Amino acid sequence: MRTKRIKAIKFGLLSPTEIRKMSAGKVITADTYGEDGFPIEMGLVNQQLGVIDPGLRCKTCGGRMGECPGHFGHIELAAPVIHVGYAKLVYRILTATCRECGRVLLSEGEKRRYLEEIKQQRDKHADVNGVVKQVFKEAAKNEVCMYCGEYFSIDAEGLDDELNEKSSVGSELRERIEDRGFTVSKNALFRREIDPECLFCWSRVPDDDAEQMRLLEFLMRDFELTWVKDARISKKDDKTLVIARGKRAVEFSLSPKRDRVTLNLEDGSSYEFPVKKQGTELFVHNFRWVITDKERVYILKRVLDKLSIYCGVRQKQIKYEKPTTYKEIDDDGKERRLMPTDVRERLERIPDEDVELFGMDPKNARPEWMVLTVLPVPPVTARPSITLESGQRSEDDLTHKLVDIIRINQRFMENRDAGAPQLIIEDLWELLQYHVNTYFDNEIPGIPPARHRSGRPLKTMAQRLKGKEGRFRGSLSGKRVNFSARTVISPDPDIEIDEVGVPEEIAKELTITVNVTERNLELMRETVRRGSKNHPGANYVRRADGRKVKVTESNHETLAEELDIGWKVERHLVDGDIVLFNRQPSLHRLSIMAHYVRVMPGKTFRLNPAVCPPYNADYDGDEMNLHVLQTEEARAEAKILMEVQRNIISPRFGRPIVGGIHDYITGLFLLTMGDRKFNKEEALDILRDIDIDALGEPAGVMSDGSPYWTGKQIFSVILPPGLNLQFRGKVCERCEERGLRCEKEKCPREAYVLIRDGKLISGVIDEMAIGSFKGMIIDRIFRVRGGEAAKRFIKNASRLATNYILRAGFSFGISDEDIPREGKEQISELIEEAEQKVERLIMAYEAGELEALPGRTLEETLELLIMQELGRARDEAGEIAGKYLGIENSGVLMAKSGARGSILNLTQMAACVGQQSVRGERIMRGYQDRTLPHFKHGDRSADARGFVRSSFKDGLSPAEYFFHAIGGREALVDTAVRTSQSGYFQRRLINALQDLEVKYDGTVRETQDTVVQFTYGEDGVDPSKSVGGKSVDIDEILREEIGAST
Amino acid sequence: MKKGKVRGKVSILEHELVPLHEVMTEREVEELLNKYKIKKEQLPKIKSSDPVIREIKAREGDVVRITRKSRTAGKTLFYRLVTK
Repeated sequence: MRTKRIKAIKFGLLSPTEIRKMSAGKVITADTYGEDGFPIEMGLVNQQLGVIDPGLRCKTCGGRMGECPGHFGHIELAAPVIHVGYAKLVYRILTATCRECGRVLLSEGEKRRYLEEIKQQRDKHADVNGVVKQVFKEAAKNEVCMYCGEYFSIDAEGLDDELNEKSSVGSELRERIEDRGFTVSKNALFRREIDPECLFCWSRVPDDDAEQMRLLEFLMRDFELTWVKDARISKKDDKTLVIARGKRAVEFSLSPKRDRVTLNLEDGSSYEFPVKKQGTELFVHNFRWVITDKERVYILKRVLDKLSIYCGVRQKQIKYEKPTTYKEIDDDGKERRLMPTDVRERLERIPDEDVELFGMDPKNARPEWMVLTVLPVPPVTARPSITLESGQRSEDDLTHKLVDIIRINQRFMENRDAGAPQLIIEDLWELLQYHVNTYFDNEIPGIPPARHRSGRPLKTMAQRLKGKEGRFRGSLSGKRVNFSARTVISPDPDIEIDEVGVPEEIAKELTITVNVTERNLELMRETVRRGSKNHPGANYVRRADGRKVKVTESNHETLAEELDIGWKVERHLVDGDIVLFNRQPSLHRLSIMAHYVRVMPGKTFRLNPAVCPPYNADYDGDEMNLHVLQTEEARAEAKILMEVQRNIISPRFGRPIVGGIHDYITGLFLLTMGDRKFNKEEALDILRDIDIDALGEPAGVMSDGSPYWTGKQIFSVILPPGLNLQFRGKVCERCEERGLRCEKEKCPREAYVLIRDGKLISGVIDEMAIGSFKGMIIDRIFRVRGGEAAKRFIKNASRLATNYILRAGFSFGISDEDIPREGKEQISELIEEAEQKVERLIMAYEAGELEALPGRTLEETLELLIMQELGRARDEAGEIAGKYLGIENSGVLMAKSGARGSILNLTQMAACVGQQSVRGERIMRGYQDRTLPHFKHGDRSADARGFVRSSFKDGLSPAEYFFHAIGGREALVDTAVRTSQSGYFQRRLINALQDLEVKYDGTVRETQDTVVQFTYGEDGVDPSKSVGGKSVDIDEILREEIGAST
Repeated sequence: MKKGKVRGKVSILEHELVPLHEVMTEREVEELLNKYKIKKEQLPKIKSSDPVIREIKAREGDVVRITRKSRTAGKTLFYRLVTK
């Protein structure tokens, strides 16, 4: 295949000329198909625009359906309309340009500066929006155009008083201006202000040529100090600037407050100028006078005893009414609508060099092109009509919209030609604008969306592109794919962790293309011979010439005979094929892993429960997706990178994420707990699914003389020989942290797991040993022996666990939370005591005897103490319950071993549910001063504020039930809010970080190779190759090297 | 509070959350750029108006070495180019 490289992409606006040039034909008829069922000429499905009917040929390129890509047409609009997408920009451009000459309302200097800044940003490939925004902001501030006005000057003598005038123009001044042929109306406004143009920059003058020139020009022009031309400029000190030539000298001196500069002339007279601070720099300005008249603005500047006056066009305020109306406002508040023609004329007047100030390239995007005179008509292939079952044609939404536009366009022309009154023309114009607006975007706020006859809003241009289902997110970033399947998952502990059970029905649908070679010819013949209905068959064959033939019941025999080298066979999925398996949301890379196919009866995907944690899957109806890899490269890559056994260690925290859950943990816990004895028969029965050849020496002899093996020995069988490991299990109670001595091997809870040379010496196997997220044994085997060994271990452990738990039997029911009567009484007593304590606290509070804790109000203190007291009561109740429920209790066993649930869950079931809360506080809401009408006003007691003293087993009272529902609702809402927020946050993070890459030198860089991090994660450690996030496991190395034990 | 330096004000450099910033010598910069085979512009940037940069009086075009505490590595070095 020939490949081409994209060098650059250019964005711009379509000019009317360009639209006409690319058009294959003008569209003037709103109709689509004629009586004869063929497209109407110059209609909307014009055959020049491409063909969607089979058998017809395109009139532009001659291609048939499928060959012709379609061609644009165009509609000549009877009157220009604003393009909605650019309406806001048009408004900003209007406010920034002169209403008469079209130039941007900035001085030449400012323009140069902004252009330079834009260029700089462009060179840096940086965003120019900030600069452009400033251009619009500054330009819109200017009331007067400084380009299309006139300059003249008048005598300033005797005007001093009038120039001090605050708001109105003095009669003498007016007269003098009017003498020069200008008019100033009676109510023209008059004001004195600081000239925004600075005279020079105080901070830069002595060493900046441009500033020196500016200063000297000013002195020569406004003070006629022509001798300063070759003068020397120097700063005498921080406060004084001296301009001297020969004996002559003038001085600028800065006031101590740095808010004024005084010019001291040779003759002793002086002038003052205001100073403006900008950052650290000081700019010296002059004063000016502004006369604002209705249409003109006069700007007066003093030059010695003359007033130089600039008379420019006064800019009017422009109002933008969404979506596409502009109005000009007069001083008296009168509004005049700017029709699109007016807008276009104004935009046309903007010179090219000013357009660049808006960050636009005038060659590719002239502002007037934002006002449409010609509308491009997309090719019919982009808006195909569909034929309904009834034979009726149903047109695409875009076609419908285009029909509307053409109809109105036609009516507009007819009315105008007939000389209809202005009002009707304007109404039609507005209607045309509406249709063009909704053609581009049918969700514009403020205007009703265009609707289909059925009342459904039309899907127009913007709707096709926008949002999750839009072209970008829905069709380009993500799309539906072939060779994929989705169904419910269910468990199968008897398949490997890197396998997936695929229903035969699915296996017969998904195919892999195989090249027929000398070596597989016979095999492929057999496959094809079985046809497409029998399982390891084939659905299609592709002959050597590339022709594809479907394998059917009638031709499979012959195809099999014909099959030859060089053909290709699309065969069914069979055992051992590598596929990708995925569960959404795909939050980390382990959400898609490679599995090997096991074709099975049934209708669900089968998954080993040990791989549920990485997918975060369970079997309560979860569905998963499967993708069949189609190329050798993809299969190789998947095998090397994505196999489950390669990903046992999580790249997030550097510990195994695949591992035993639920019954796997329970089973091994039961097996290895204490010193269970098994005779040979029993031992072999438990181990029957495991491929072993020796049981090892028995641990001893039973009373009847037969040898026995312990559970720990049985478990040791599946450990790789030579494995050494020690760690503290889930059941460890951290005696050392509580100041007690760790009994190690002699731990009464068997928490100290010691494995020496592949033999479990002490300790019980629990979540810490084989569970996902923790799994110390899996972790060690993975590191020392690799993924295959870890996979084997997980498989063996799960088989051992299931076999044993099946043998031992394990159940959990309602009666398992039963506590004997004395236990119940103790709990009841305890809670009553706590409630009384709460009462006492409340009494103390009401009596004013309670002392506030630091940083809290009295009320907060009370609440805190009550919460503490009730929390303690619940925990103690749990402890009492725990006393009566020993480790032989299934619930306790599951909680302790980490298989499922927690002690708190058990406490709530057996002893007391405890305090319900909303936002971490006791429940306060409800009625005035009380939660429910069952309680007195202002009741603060435990039961009135959501303390549930019953256990789930006992059942809740109606009030308790209600409080529990309140707390439960909060938890529900919280999770809903959290998932949506964290989902969006993750999306943003992914978008921001997706191009970062860790390079071979360990640096993190982005696409331009600029460095983001000098060492990945600051320590350069890949967490998936670390030990729990650390690069080295110092303790383990010490243990190995010097035998030190911790 | 008024802007600008107030006499007797505590230097922000002494704050525990401000890591050590040092202006690198030309030689050091050259070594750094050679080490990573990059141009100066490919370094992460820091504004010359940044309070720390003002405090240590680094100029535009200087490269500062930042010694940070790191949760993963204990101590880590970072380099930033001072820009406008």
